[in-house]
Amino acid sequence: MLKIVHYINQFFANVGGEEMAHIPAEVREGVVGPGLAFQQAFKGEAEIVATIVCGDSYFNENMDEAKSTVIKMVKEYQPDLFIAGPAFNAGRYGVACGTIAQAVKDELNIPVLTGMYAENPGADMFKNTIYIVSTKNSAAGMRDAVKKMAPLALKLAKGEKIGASAEEGYMPNGKRVNFFEKDRGSKRAVKMLLAKLADKEFETELPMPDFDRVAPNPAVKDITKAKIALVTSGGIVPKGNPDHIESSNASKYGKYDIDGVMDLTEETYQTAHGGYDPVYANLDADRVLPVDVLREFEKEGKIGSLHRYYYSTVGNGTAVKNAKGFAAEYAKELKADGVDAVILTST
Amino acid sequence: MCTIVPISLTVGANRIVPTIAIPHPLGNPALSLEEERDIRRNLLTRALKALETEVTDQTVFEK
Repeated sequence: MLKIVHYINQFFANVGGEEMAHIPAEVREGVVGPGLAFQQAFKGEAEIVATIVCGDSYFNENMDEAKSTVIKMVKEYQPDLFIAGPAFNAGRYGVACGTIAQAVKDELNIPVLTGMYAENPGADMFKNTIYIVSTKNSAAGMRDAVKKMAPLALKLAKGEKIGASAEEGYMPNGKRVNFFEKDRGSKRAVKMLLAKLADKEFETELPMPDFDRVAPNPAVKDITKAKIALVTSGGIVPKGNPDHIESSNASKYGKYDIDGVMDLTEETYQTAHGGYDPVYANLDADRVLPVDVLREFEKEGKIGSLHRYYYSTVGNGTAVKNAKGFAAEYAKELKADGVDAVILTST
Repeated sequence: MCTIVPISLTVGANRIVPTIAIPHPLGNPALSLEEERDIRRNLLTRALKALETEVTDQTVFEK
């Protein structure tokens, strides 16, 4: 029979709530709390030989010590699988489950499984490196969680091949595997379209990345005093593209000094963008990065000043992660340079 | 400032000014240079107005 060690917190072990969250890790022989439901779902194929109980605050406040203690405990039993949680939407519990499962996997080379709600902070931290089953946001979803976790647990313990996230119920981990679809693309697309038109559910084969939302900044109080900066994804660069910004999938951005530049001309500026017809931007880059008019505005007192540097990248198939990284860097510089507002132009 | 407003809405921009066309958002090569500059001035005036306007949610500044 397959041996499993289960990790749960003080609450699910029925030790107590917040007031007992400080208890250090301890081992109990056999099944405790939610382990019972797992044990039943394993139908005799696997047995929870031990349950480790640890307070959520204790784990998070003494992470290194807690990790090494729990790893020692797990090692004693030489299990075929380690399960943590499920943690649902409990933040510290989710982080504890992810941390300890990751550590067991790395240090003992044992397959691990945990479960939690998609918005649990532990999910983002660990979903790319360990199997995390997506659960509901409260313990009322225990039955559903066990139903999804138990079959995957058995597969992992047996060392069987694990299918795609959509089939097995774990959170997508960013890994792609090539396979042949039964139906060809046109047929699948028409099926999806018909489902969409009929307001029926369908699953996209090209999910969009999750874009975050930020609250709008307050309005600029007096634009005639404001220092305005220009930022573009239209790929406007000094002639010759000195930083070699890629024409697609840009891995970098450029920062360019426009001190004294009144007008972008065919001789001095160009676009590095490979995703639109560059003829018009190459003839007059002001069509994408309007330095000429902002200089006029500066002279006319419509704005305080145009910032000395502009930032530019190529927004052509560029990874959201890269774009976010660029912005985090140059936003810091813009702030430090006392810029009041930014005009972003995109093509 | 962008031509494909739905993309700017999707990625979460809060103050959006629609522009002319993808390869020349702030210009129009079909016009004379003076006329083009007028278009660019108008669009940027709208952008400045957008920056001076309090918004609580994503807003498209059509005019």
